Amino acid sequence: MFQILQDINIDWLGRRVLFIGISVLLMLAGLGSAIFRQVTTGHAFNLGVDFKGGTVVTARFKQKPADETIREALANKGINDAVVQPITDRQDTVLIKVPLEEGKEGRTQVREALVAFGTEAAPATELEADPNAAFKIVGTDAVGAVAGEQLRSKAIAVTLAALVGILVYIAFRFEWTYGAAAVLAVFHDVLVTLGFFSIFQIEISLNVIAALLTLVGFSVNDTIVVFDRIRENRKLHRRDSLYKITNDAINQTLSRTIITNGLVFLSVLALVLFGGDVLRGFSLALLIGVIFGTYSSIAVAAPIMVWWEQRLEAANRKAALSFNQPVRGGVRTPAKTREAVAPSAGKRSTGAGRA
Amino acid sequence: MKKKHLLHRTIIIVVVTLVGLYLVIGPRRWPNLKDFTWSGIKTSLASNIKLGLDLQGGSHLVMRVKTEEYLRRLTEEAYTAAQNAAKDAGFEVKDGRAETGAGNYRVLLEPADASKANDIKQAVESKIELGDTSVWSYSASGSQMSWTMTSNAQRVLADDATNQAMTIIDRRINALGVVEPTLQSHGAQSAHQILLQMPGVSDPERVKDILKGESRLELVHVIGPPSPAPPTTYPTREAAIESLGGAIPPNRNVMPYLERVNSRNKEQAQQPPTKSWVVIELPAIITGDQIRNANAGQSQGGGVNDFEINFSLKKAGADKFGAWTGANVNEFMGVVLNGEVRSIAFIKSQIFESGQITGDFSQEQAEDLALTLRSGALPAAIEYLEERTVGPSLGADSIRAGVRASVYGLAFVVFFMLIYYRGSGINAVVALILNMILMLAGLIVFGATLTLPGIAGIILTIGMAVDSNVLIFERIREEIRSGKTIPSAVEQGFNRAFITIIDTHVTTIVSSLFLFVFGTGPIRGFAVTLVIGLLVNLFSAVYVSKTIFIWLLSRKERVESLSI
Repeated sequence: MFQILQDINIDWLGRRVLFIGISVLLMLAGLGSAIFRQVTTGHAFNLGVDFKGGTVVTARFKQKPADETIREALANKGINDAVVQPITDRQDTVLIKVPLEEGKEGRTQVREALVAFGTEAAPATELEADPNAAFKIVGTDAVGAVAGEQLRSKAIAVTLAALVGILVYIAFRFEWTYGAAAVLAVFHDVLVTLGFFSIFQIEISLNVIAALLTLVGFSVNDTIVVFDRIRENRKLHRRDSLYKITNDAINQTLSRTIITNGLVFLSVLALVLFGGDVLRGFSLALLIGVIFGTYSSIAVAAPIMVWWEQRLEAANRKAALSFNQPVRGGVRTPAKTREAVAPSAGKRSTGAGRA
Repeated sequence: MKKKHLLHRTIIIVVVTLVGLYLVIGPRRWPNLKDFTWSGIKTSLASNIKLGLDLQGGSHLVMRVKTEEYLRRLTEEAYTAAQNAAKDAGFEVKDGRAETGAGNYRVLLEPADASKANDIKQAVESKIELGDTSVWSYSASGSQMSWTMTSNAQRVLADDATNQAMTIIDRRINALGVVEPTLQSHGAQSAHQILLQMPGVSDPERVKDILKGESRLELVHVIGPPSPAPPTTYPTREAAIESLGGAIPPNRNVMPYLERVNSRNKEQAQQPPTKSWVVIELPAIITGDQIRNANAGQSQGGGVNDFEINFSLKKAGADKFGAWTGANVNEFMGVVLNGEVRSIAFIKSQIFESGQITGDFSQEQAEDLALTLRSGALPAAIEYLEERTVGPSLGADSIRAGVRASVYGLAFVVFFMLIYYRGSGINAVVALILNMILMLAGLIVFGATLTLPGIAGIILTIGMAVDSNVLIFERIREEIRSGKTIPSAVEQGFNRAFITIIDTHVTTIVSSLFLFVFGTGPIRGFAVTLVIGLLVNLFSAVYVSKTIFIWLLSRKERVESLSI
C-alpha cells in the first residue's frame, strides 16, 4: 500500500498563535472590506436580486450585440442603472439586471428596449425555430422589495438555527466545550467566506446561502472527525495530556483529511468549471468554504477546545483543592469533579457507546 | 466477521438494489420487454424523476393578496350603509367618516342630536352588518358613535379573502388551460401569500395580467338630466365635486370616465380618449357577483379593436336590474370596471338580464376580461412579490451543466479511489454507484423534485460518501500497521470509523432538516437530496462495503494480505 503521509508528528497546537493570527487577519480583511464598501458605495456585499429586489432577465440573441449597445438600447427606454453581464458558458446569452422600480415590470421594460434589435420569438417557439426573431427572453427572476427582505431575514434565521442544532448535537455527543469550539470554527468559516464575497464583490444569491449552509456541514464534519479521535485517544491514553492527545488526533486523521477534502475540493472545482453560470456563485462559495473548513477544524476548533478544557480543568482543580470555595462560572459543580489532579479527566466523554 | 451472516446480507443488498434500480428506470406499470431497451429506460427515467421548474422550464409566481384593501373597502361600505340606514330611519347625522389605516378599521358617526345615539345604533344595527358583534365592537364617547373591527375579525376576514382569492385564481388558471399548475399558500398564514407554479409556461405575462385583473364590475346610475340630454360629465374631479355642493355625500361618488372614441372613424381613433368625470349614485344597482356568464364578441363595427363583452345576470340580479331599469327609463346607466366608468348609455326600455361592456377592446383584452368576469371578482387586488421564469432551453442547459459536473466529479473520484486503495477501491466504487441509484430512488419514493441546488446536493453526497470510505479504509490501514490480523483490522476499522460516520452524518442531517423546515424553494431542494443521500450512504458505504469485505475474507481460510 502506498500512503501519502506516514508517521507524521506535527505540533499543530504549538502553532496556534500563528493560526489564530491568520484567521483573525482574514476576518479583519473581510470586515474591513465590508465596512469600506458600506461607507464608500453603501453596499457591503453584492447582493443579488433575491435579497435586494429587482429583475434579472436572461436574453438569448441570434447575433448578440455588444454589451455596450445593449446598455444604450436600455438607456434609450429610460433604464439607466441596468447591468449587462455576459455569460461565460454561452456566447449568445446575456444577463440584464434591472433595479426595482415602483409600478414597472422589469421583463416588459427590457423587452421594449430589446425590440431595437429585432422582434422577439413567440412565447411557445424556440429562438432557432423562428426565422424572423432576433432574440428571446429565456428566463426571468423578479423579486419585489417585500420578498427580498423576507428571503434575507429567513436566510439569516435558517443559518443561525442550523448552527444551534449542530451545537446541541455535538454537546450531546461530546461536551459543551467541543460543541462551542466547533460552532465557533464554523462561524469563522462563514465569516471568512463572506469576507471573500465582499472583497471580490461576488454576487450573493439564494444559492450562495445554500452553499454557506453546505460548508457549515462540511466544516463541522471535519471537526467531528478530529474530535472523535480525541475522544477515543483520551480513553486509550489516559496519561497523556490533552495537548498531546489533540496533536496526535490531528496527525492520525491527517491523511483522511487530505484525501477527503482534496477529493471534495476537486469535485467542487469541476462544479466551478463545468457547472454553468447559474451554479457559479454556489460553487465558488463552496470552494472557498472547503479550504477554510479544513483549515478551521485543525487551526481554530482544536486550539479553542483545548484552551477551554484546560481552563475548566484548572478551575476544577482549584475547586477540588478548596472545597469551601464555590466554582467560578459554574460549568462544572464540585460534585462532578473527578480525578481532578490527573491531567485529563478520563471518563468525561459520555455517550461514546464503546468499551 | 461471521460467515453465516453473509447470505443474509447478500439477499438484503440484492433486493434493495433491484427495487431501487427498478424504481429509477422501470415504468410505473407492468413492464414489457421494450421498457428495457435504451430508449425505453430513458423514457421511464424522464417520467419517474420529477424535475423542478428551474430544470424543466416554467414559471414560479409568489403573490400577495392586499387584504388591507379588502378590509378598507368593507369599512367604507359599512360606513355608507350606516349613513343611509340612519337617514332612512329618519335621523339626522351631522358628521362621520370611515377610518382605515395602520391595522385600524372604524366607522364613525356623529348624530345631530347626541341623545338619539342609542336609537340610531338600533336602527343601524338592525339593518346592516354593523350589528354583527363578532366583527364590530361598538363604543360611544361624547357625541361620537364608533364601530371598530375587532382584530380577530380582521384576521378571519383577511384569511377568508385570501382563500377566496385562491379559489378565483384557481378557476382562472384552469380556464386558461395551464397544464399541471400547483397553487398553494406561501409563508406564514398572516402573510396572505400565494405560490403558483406553472411548468412549461415560459412567458407568464398574460397569465399574470389575467390573475391580477380585479374585475370588480358594477352597474351604476349616472346622475344628470335624463336623455335626450347627453350624459353629464365634468372636465375635472373638482368640478364634479363642485356640482355636489363642495363635498361628496355618502350616497354619491365621483368616478373617472374614459370617453370612447369611435374606432370606425380612423382619424378619431388616432386621438387619445378624453378623460372626464361623472357623478354616480351609491350603492350600485348591480355588482359583479350577480354575473352568470360573460363572453367576448365582436361589435358591429368589425374593426380590430371593436370587441365587447356580453354578460348575463343571475336570477336575483336580473330581477333587481329589471325593476330598476323599468322605473328609470331614459336615465343614464354606467358600466364601472375596477373603479372606472367604461361606458355610459341611457335606458331605452326595461332590461332584465343581459348587457354589454363596450369600449375599444382588442380581441385578447375582451376575452381575458370575459374570463375574469366569469371567474368572479377578486376580493382585493393582488401584487406580485416574486417571479421566476425559466425557459425550456435554459433549463436544458442547466441539466447538461449539472450532469457534466457530476460525471466529471464522479469519474475523478472513482479514478483516485481505484489508484490509491486498489482492490478495496472497487468496494468504494460499488458503494458510490449504489448510493447514486438509491438516492434517485429515494427522491422518487418521497416524491421530491430534483432542482438545480438538488444537483449540488448530489455532488456533496458524493463527497460525503467518499469521506465515509476514506475514513474506513484509512482506519483499516492503521489497524493493519499496528500489527492486527486482516480480519480483525477490517472489523476494528469498520467499528471505529462507524462512530465517526454516524456523528458526521447526523450533524449534517440535523442542519439539513433545519434547511428543509425553514428554508425556501432552492434551499429546500438542496436539503432534500442531501438528507436522502446521507441516509442512503449509511447503507451503501457501511453495510454494503462491509459485506464485500466479509465476502472477500470468507473465501480463504487464512487471509494474510488485503489490497487496500
